[in-house]
Amino acid sequence: MNAVKRYFSSIFNAIVALLKGMRLTGSYLLHPSKILTQQYPENRETLYIPERFKGRVYMPHDENNEHNCTACTLCQLACPNGSIQIISKNIELPDGTKKKVLDRWVYNLGSCTLCQLCVDACPSDAIVMDNAFEFSVYNKSKLIFDLNRPGSKLKEKKTEPQV
Amino acid sequence: MEQTINNRILQSSDDEFIINVGPQHPSTHGVLHLQLRLDGEEIADLKPFLGYIHRGIEKMCESLTYKQFIYLTSRMDYLSAHINNQACCLAIEKSLQVEVPERAKVIRTLMAELTRLASHQLWWGSTGLDMGAVSPFFYAFREREMILEIFEETCGSRLTMNYCVPGGVMNDIHPDFVSKVKKLIQQFKANIHEYDELLTGNPIFQSRTRGVGYLPKEDAISLACSGPVARASGISCDVRKKEPYDAYDRVEFEEIIASEGDCFARYRVRMKEMLESMKIIEQLIDNIPAGDYRAKIKGIIKPPAGEYFQRVETARGELGVFIVSDGSNKPYRVKFRTPNFSNLAALKPMSLGAKIGDLVAIMASLDLIIPDIDR
Repeated sequence: MNAVKRYFSSIFNAIVALLKGMRLTGSYLLHPSKILTQQYPENRETLYIPERFKGRVYMPHDENNEHNCTACTLCQLACPNGSIQIISKNIELPDGTKKKVLDRWVYNLGSCTLCQLCVDACPSDAIVMDNAFEFSVYNKSKLIFDLNRPGSKLKEKKTEPQV
Repeated sequence: MEQTINNRILQSSDDEFIINVGPQHPSTHGVLHLQLRLDGEEIADLKPFLGYIHRGIEKMCESLTYKQFIYLTSRMDYLSAHINNQACCLAIEKSLQVEVPERAKVIRTLMAELTRLASHQLWWGSTGLDMGAVSPFFYAFREREMILEIFEETCGSRLTMNYCVPGGVMNDIHPDFVSKVKKLIQQFKANIHEYDELLTGNPIFQSRTRGVGYLPKEDAISLACSGPVARASGISCDVRKKEPYDAYDRVEFEEIIASEGDCFARYRVRMKEMLESMKIIEQLIDNIPAGDYRAKIKGIIKPPAGEYFQRVETARGELGVFIVSDGSNKPYRVKFRTPNFSNLAALKPMSLGAKIGDLVAIMASLDLIIPDIDR
């Protein structure tokens, strides 16, 4: 008799506990302002992306199509995955001396783990981490691209050396 | 050939039954493969098989420089990624004998405790999910989302942050960091009663965990268990207390120890650890010392030849990093002593004689991360 009583009282207790949990979930149903779910693709305009968010490596260019990269290959050495390939070329200056400049800054986004070590290693602040996201493509080869724009060149003005 | 097969597969007699759980099973939280010998519904024998997610991280570390291999350790125990990075940085700093600035120490400790909090919250949600309670998962993700937003703002990523560098941290903290952490503490304290209402006080949950998966103290010691699994069996093993690193020597917190050794004890230890993490954060958040966040270190790190060992307390137990240096810019050998590997060994003594339905509860209470076991 006691066992039957215990059996039914345990079922009753379980139902009470379930109702307690349901009361909590139900209170959120009645207060939709407390719900935190975001409707992602629809709220793309109002989405808050922190300024340090690491989306990809990016090379800023100024209005004259000039960048800061001196092709020193420190970023290539710092990269643990081999996602960076610096292709440089030698050009002849008007006074006859030869100078090594950046030809292509080849970046493989597909193998990049966004560890920020290349940005950390860059002595001339030529590359930064960008906030862009949504990089889905149909072909892996589209994830390999040049960061320096066509026709861009090194910034002529010497920037202050980093302290 | 026949002998190798016999070694791999458990033998069964006529009235026993062999089933495979995993590698694709939702309750194993990853690609863990368990082979069970069942006597009716009771587990008579159990054998885990590993290797489904082996990436050879230890070997990969040998081909990368000291600065580069740190990011790889985020991929071991991905829920305590920051603490893994911190362990590597501490080992490298020990080898170079670099003094880390006070500010960096406090920031690292804060981040480590936030990581522990986020990890335990995910564990709490998935424990409920394993036991058939779906809604706790969403409540756990609410507070976890706040922590991940803090990480995103300061470190730039949400999970594998790579925020620790030898000599300090990558960036200074974001201006909003302090106010956001304070808001998180406030909200967590306001919401902690919901955790108990949904799961802890539930009689169904209690009857599924109380007295299930008992791990005696002697077994826990001989199997080298660590973290909440060992502490729930009554072993005091918190590395933060025993060998304080970074800023843990200046904070006051309690080491949570339970003596029951069952699933519910492990649950309670983790729940109380969340409150202790909160206590540590509260003590540090108001006095982050001013100064440098990063000590100046040479571009190419070449530690003197020798062996260096550092252990830290991750969300799951004790992580040891052992580095052998031959004086070059790449480590000669790196060995990680990961907490989940030894905690997995406790699965067999816990589940022998238990019902097959209890296995899910036992595995949930172990909080296994499979990439950490395999590496």
